[in-house]
Amino acid sequence: MGEQERQPTTNHRKIALALSVIPGLGQFYNKQWLKGAGFFILIASFFIAFSDLLQFGFWGLFTLGTDPTYDHSIVLLVEGILTLIITILGAAFYGFNLRDAFKVGKQRDFNEAPNSIRAQYQNLIGGGFPYLMMTPGFLLLVFVVIFPILFVILLSFTNYDLYHSPPASLVDWVGIQNFIDIFQIPIWRETFFSVLAWTIIWTFGATTLQIALGIFLAVLMNQKGIILQKTIRTIFILPWAVPAFVSILVFAGMFNETFGTINRDILAVFGLGDIPWLTNPTYTKIALILIQTWLGFPFIFAMVTGVLQSIPNELYEAADVDGASIFQKFRGITLPLVLYATAPILITQYTFNFNNFNVIFLFNGGGPAVPDQNAGGTDILISWIYSLTMTSAQYGKAAAITMILSLIVISVALWQFRRTKSFQEEDMM
Amino acid sequence: MRNKNRIIQLTFSYAVILAMIVIILYPILWIVGSSFNPGNSLSGSSIIPKDATLKHYKELFDPQQSDYLIWYWNTIKICILTMVFSVALVCMTAYSFSRFRFVGRKNGLMTFLILQMIPNFAALIAIYALANLTGLLDTHLALILVYTGGAIPMNTYLMKGYLDTIPKELDESARMDGAGNLRIFWQIVMPLAKPMIAVISLFTFITPFTDFILARILLRTEEKFTLAVGLYELIADQFGNEFTLFAAGSVLIALPISLLFLSLQKYFVSGLTAGGTKG
Repeated sequence: MGEQERQPTTNHRKIALALSVIPGLGQFYNKQWLKGAGFFILIASFFIAFSDLLQFGFWGLFTLGTDPTYDHSIVLLVEGILTLIITILGAAFYGFNLRDAFKVGKQRDFNEAPNSIRAQYQNLIGGGFPYLMMTPGFLLLVFVVIFPILFVILLSFTNYDLYHSPPASLVDWVGIQNFIDIFQIPIWRETFFSVLAWTIIWTFGATTLQIALGIFLAVLMNQKGIILQKTIRTIFILPWAVPAFVSILVFAGMFNETFGTINRDILAVFGLGDIPWLTNPTYTKIALILIQTWLGFPFIFAMVTGVLQSIPNELYEAADVDGASIFQKFRGITLPLVLYATAPILITQYTFNFNNFNVIFLFNGGGPAVPDQNAGGTDILISWIYSLTMTSAQYGKAAAITMILSLIVISVALWQFRRTKSFQEEDMM
Repeated sequence: MRNKNRIIQLTFSYAVILAMIVIILYPILWIVGSSFNPGNSLSGSSIIPKDATLKHYKELFDPQQSDYLIWYWNTIKICILTMVFSVALVCMTAYSFSRFRFVGRKNGLMTFLILQMIPNFAALIAIYALANLTGLLDTHLALILVYTGGAIPMNTYLMKGYLDTIPKELDESARMDGAGNLRIFWQIVMPLAKPMIAVISLFTFITPFTDFILARILLRTEEKFTLAVGLYELIADQFGNEFTLFAAGSVLIALPISLLFLSLQKYFVSGLTAGGTKG
């Protein structure tokens, strides 16, 4: 559609839009009989087919059931979300109907012939093609990704836990009580803040170490005169090549206090053979950060190696002429260029470790247990959520904590993407 | 003076490299050594066992004694199906986003951008409750669906970025020659996107392979386990008592995957880099 400056004399577009409040009428007004009838029938049948579900679904969503013998609150919640999704789809179609009436009305205002049925058909097939291609993926996304997210959001406002769980009893809306409890009930508050503090230390400690080691080794290997460069690089990649869950479980064995090789074979040499790696939280934390460094540096190493090979040699030659030392060259040339090229990926490394459930859980199950809190000594937020859900059935609280966690991750990620150029482009890429 | 510095620098470098090689290889050698250890536990054994034995490997391969082969088969099955479904859905979605301008496109891209930030296991309560309600708990179907759904947002972004670099003139000239949308998709664009299809296949194959948390939540019975869950149970059930068996199991997982990974490593690096900078 070309941009047109002249003012139309007729006002078909507004009339058609107003009439379209009842779907189809606007199309009738635009003399698109078939389309109008189609729209009318579609919306009407939507209301007829779903009116019961809509009523019942919203009732269930609002009350979460009234009688525990008949009503299963969680089923009602799920049906409620389903109703919500169907309503949104219906509303979207309704909006499309309004838009269509307005658009065709505008075409008439500008004296363009409305599309013939044949042209409309072709338009529908051509214009519908992207929708057709996306539907399967989109539907799956709605049901296995968006649906669970909605479910967690709603769940965080309920008292769903061991004592309020169907079929024995009903679940109720409690507003933001879960969030208040987490910050007010002492045991929850203390647990939350100690878990959060460790999560932050863990994220920054482990990630920064793995990045530093990766960059350091990449620079080291990039020197001229290192023999067997290719072989050594392959060895450095190995920790990344082995599936992480295998390595972590192997480490759990190595750090084991009775038969693990760390105490028995290595530290025993120095007379330190009885360090409580798995029963003292501090030692477990140290071990975890070391393990994650082992697991995580190869990716940084491989990536930075790629960047280093693209830095033009002239820069270093010029620095040599100026008499710069190795460290000056590293700080002035290498590091800025590497960080500039890899910054977005480095940030994703931080968000990855923030949610690195595998290493925490597989190494020591989030343990050892510590008194006065309901999370293990090395639990990070995500593994705490896991144990709240799977072992203590604190679903409502777990959902609330999930919300807090997602908020943190999304704000960090948005902050990151806002800075990347792609975000600002019209095309978003 | 300059030469002396150079020697110090190289000596230091080799010392670091040697130390790193030891740190990297030690766990690997230790677990390989353990897997050949004749006893069930490690107490009183040395890293290089004196009377090495293959009996733990035999035990794993004997269906009467362990479910290991079933876990292997389950994992391969889940990974391949996830890969096939994800690649198909991702290609179709990314093609639409890359080649068409339609109502809702921008909002759709925005939704994908936000969805790829939240790991899909953050909603693990919901996934558990929903699987429970729909009767999909303890089925591989549930796992495949969740993996595939979780793979769509990020990989669609990767794929769209790649398709955007394929000139649209190719589509147009094919359209002139009378090719329809499907035909352009299948015969023009997809063959050109092969490198990125390879990257996405790798990602969507390896992600379910290394996932632990979702499989752990959704799978309940031992015959349904994937390798990650099975291996964990092997070690968690009776820690230390079956350690040598666990060691053999680990070696058999790590070996093929590492070889696959090392031979395709450049795809991983390029894929992850593209995802990070363009997403």
